[in-house]
Amino acid sequence: MLYAILCYEAEDIGWWSSALDDAIMNDRARRESGLAIRGEIGPVVWLMPTTTALTIRSGRRRVVLDGPYAETKEQLLGLYVVDCDSLTEAIDTAMALAQGSGTMEIRPIRQFRDTGSAGEFASRLRRTSRSAHKRDAP
Amino acid sequence: MTDIAWIDAALTAARPQVLAALLRYFRDLETAEEAFQEASLRALNHWSTNGPPRDPAAWLIFVARNYALDEVRRNKRLDQLPDEAVLSDVGDTQDELAERLDNAHYRDDILRLLFICCHPSLPATQQIALALRVVSGLTVPEIARAFLVSESAMEQRITRAKRRVAAARVPFETPGPVERRRRLETVAAMIYLLFNEGYSASGGDVHVRIPLCEEAIRLARLLLRLFPSEPEIMGLTALLLLQHARAKARIDASGAIVLLEDQDRRLWNQELISEGLVLVEKALRHRRPGPYQVQAAIAAVHSRAQTPQETDWAEIERLYAALERLQPSPVVTLNRAVAVSKVHGPTRALELIEPLQAPLANYFHFYGVRGALLMQLGRKDEARADFDRAISLARTAAEAAHIRMNLDRLSA
Repeated sequence: MLYAILCYEAEDIGWWSSALDDAIMNDRARRESGLAIRGEIGPVVWLMPTTTALTIRSGRRRVVLDGPYAETKEQLLGLYVVDCDSLTEAIDTAMALAQGSGTMEIRPIRQFRDTGSAGEFASRLRRTSRSAHKRDAP
Repeated sequence: MTDIAWIDAALTAARPQVLAALLRYFRDLETAEEAFQEASLRALNHWSTNGPPRDPAAWLIFVARNYALDEVRRNKRLDQLPDEAVLSDVGDTQDELAERLDNAHYRDDILRLLFICCHPSLPATQQIALALRVVSGLTVPEIARAFLVSESAMEQRITRAKRRVAAARVPFETPGPVERRRRLETVAAMIYLLFNEGYSASGGDVHVRIPLCEEAIRLARLLLRLFPSEPEIMGLTALLLLQHARAKARIDASGAIVLLEDQDRRLWNQELISEGLVLVEKALRHRRPGPYQVQAAIAAVHSRAQTPQETDWAEIERLYAALERLQPSPVVTLNRAVAVSKVHGPTRALELIEPLQAPLANYFHFYGVRGALLMQLGRKDEARADFDRAISLARTAAEAAHIRMNLDRLSA
């Protein structure tokens, strides 16, 4: 079954310095690669700071607001999609990915649809993704 | 990543909010800083054995406040000081503390803390130094190194700045909209200044200065998170991100400046550029243009061009014209002239900057730009005179080296 692992943490902790940020990202990549080799890890999404977010509130009129939907102390920083045989395995996987102090939410995925353009999408994403950027740099 | 590294980062991240809250309680920067310091030490011990708390900022405020209260009580026994003067609104229960943390008060608290650091009574260099010390928590030796001055000189500068802001007595009431806007503008200007301090440095000290740029970006994001609908703060943040994205390409291996059109664009940080571009677009939706937004929009045009030839100079010219209307200055006109020369040729650009010689008589870039325009027109002697003048005005070795390259081209 597919599970989403949603990662929450105070986002400004990673803002502090590029050195620390790099250390976090490298650590993350190392943890991910182990799972990727076993084919258990699917899409990985890391989100930009909430300062870039907009919120659309639906109602009688749709309103566009600046900022994230929820004003909380921990922000949704990103998510993994993993393939695990059991919830126990999903918990183990999340533990292996866990870093720092954040919170992870494990949510079984009800439907995961490939809309047909996933491959093309992934190659477009590579342009903005940090790991791609880092790999290309000498 | 080790736990200690995480705790360190969490302490730094919580610092502005915690200090701002402590400043509200104790109305004294020294007391607030000392209490934060003590709480941080306890956090190092406590968090590494018991794990981090759910809300690090609340934990730190609570521990720091109790420590400072104990200190004040102890001093009172020793000196018989009247405590009312020192303790303004302490004595809240923990419930009230939690409530205060959750309500919107803390935005104005943090804004006040930032504003105090760049109080108009302080000269620019003291503002930056104080903000780095108080808000960012950099140590005095770190700041001294970034400014290339001795530790004792920096210590003195910060002490003097603290004394001045204490005397300035920034009021603690919640500011009205006009005052809030003034504070936001002052703080934004300080962040911009801090960034430029890191950005304009070059040559051998460039690696030392990059933290100043990163710090400015962190403060800009912090400000934007507090005031998420302020288009100028979006513009400022975008501007810093887009400029900083080119940091790696700006200086070559020998420490010389690489001009925008000569930069290896593959070295540009696409992640920072994407973030900057989103923020520019977000800001423009508000249709309340301001100088930071326009400058960010200019940087965005450059960032979108994959090669220098793809640069939309006509758009840049229009944007500089808009900036001239918002914030008229000879430097802005000089920059517009560069865009004009790309679109309409050097003659038109020369006409545009002719009246600028008087106001920019001692401005390095004026002679650099005019010299380059004259060189394009084949007026070699005049170009050489301008380049010589530019070299005499250069502030860094890298600036001078770049002009010398042009001089070499002239004699070739």
